[in-house]
Amino acid sequence: MALDNIEKILDKYFEGETSIAEENELKDYFSSSDVAQHLKPYQPIFGYFSQAKEQQFTQEIPLQTKKPNKVMWLSIAASVVMLLGVSTMMYFENNESKQFVACTPEDSPELAFEQTQKALALVSEHLNTGIQSVGYINEYENSKNKIFKK
Amino acid sequence: MQQNEFIKIVSPFKDKLFRLAKRLLVSTEEAEDATQEVLVKLWTKNETLSELKSIEAMAMTMTKNYCLDQLKSKRAGNLTLVHNNYTDSQASLLQQLEDADSLSWVEKIINELPEQQKLIIQMRDIEQYEYEEIAKILEMNETAVRVALSRARKTIRERITETHNYGIG
Repeated sequence: MALDNIEKILDKYFEGETSIAEENELKDYFSSSDVAQHLKPYQPIFGYFSQAKEQQFTQEIPLQTKKPNKVMWLSIAASVVMLLGVSTMMYFENNESKQFVACTPEDSPELAFEQTQKALALVSEHLNTGIQSVGYINEYENSKNKIFKK
Repeated sequence: MQQNEFIKIVSPFKDKLFRLAKRLLVSTEEAEDATQEVLVKLWTKNETLSELKSIEAMAMTMTKNYCLDQLKSKRAGNLTLVHNNYTDSQASLLQQLEDADSLSWVEKIINELPEQQKLIIQMRDIEQYEYEEIAKILEMNETAVRVALSRARKTIRERITETHNYGIG
């Protein structure tokens, strides 16, 4: 390879005007054993370029097959369960309230009586829970009185 | 697309992705993580892949973007290395390198280039992509690629001759 030719390509190289083929010529020239003395400094550049191309990616490629599908199915299942849960809850609640059937005492006095009793029982039950908590307050009152003897 | 089909498509250029990532991130482990990340992302795009003209160019762009993001978030954290902290050791370092591996010296010079120039040197001088492909991957025009490449090569030449003269003088 003529030296002045190499020098010409080298100049073009630094201007960013060489083609891949010309760059390969440079690589070949600098990897040979007879490099002109004044071009020796450039040798490691091209040596490095060839060497750097050798590095390889040795890791596994972690591909989980159909992972997004799994997530999709899981979310569908979850929403179905939610829907079922909510609807059964609603259903039972509705049933409970249907225990009180709208009717007038004239229609069937027994049914009306029963309904009223049920309603009263419900009210008193709620009332009792209220009274229970008042009982706690009384307890506080008692212990307070024990400490601060009036 | 099946898994082994995907691997077949990916394997000719997975090393290039890795080398590009390593050029930017320097650490081998981080480059491996980045490559895996990009390949997995590519796999999740599975259905749209066959419509692409060049999966390789797409993968290279993704790698570039991923690595630049990594670098940005690393810099946003307070682990910044201030460059002028270690300039003092430069002289003795050069002398050491005079008889040490001159190839790794070239690597050091390249690693000190701005990121864009690093990318271009990597893709042109090491992977030997055509200017057109580089322009597409980096989303730049061809002239800008040539200018940046020329600048990068000249910087390398400057630094190399600097060290060479240092050894003589």
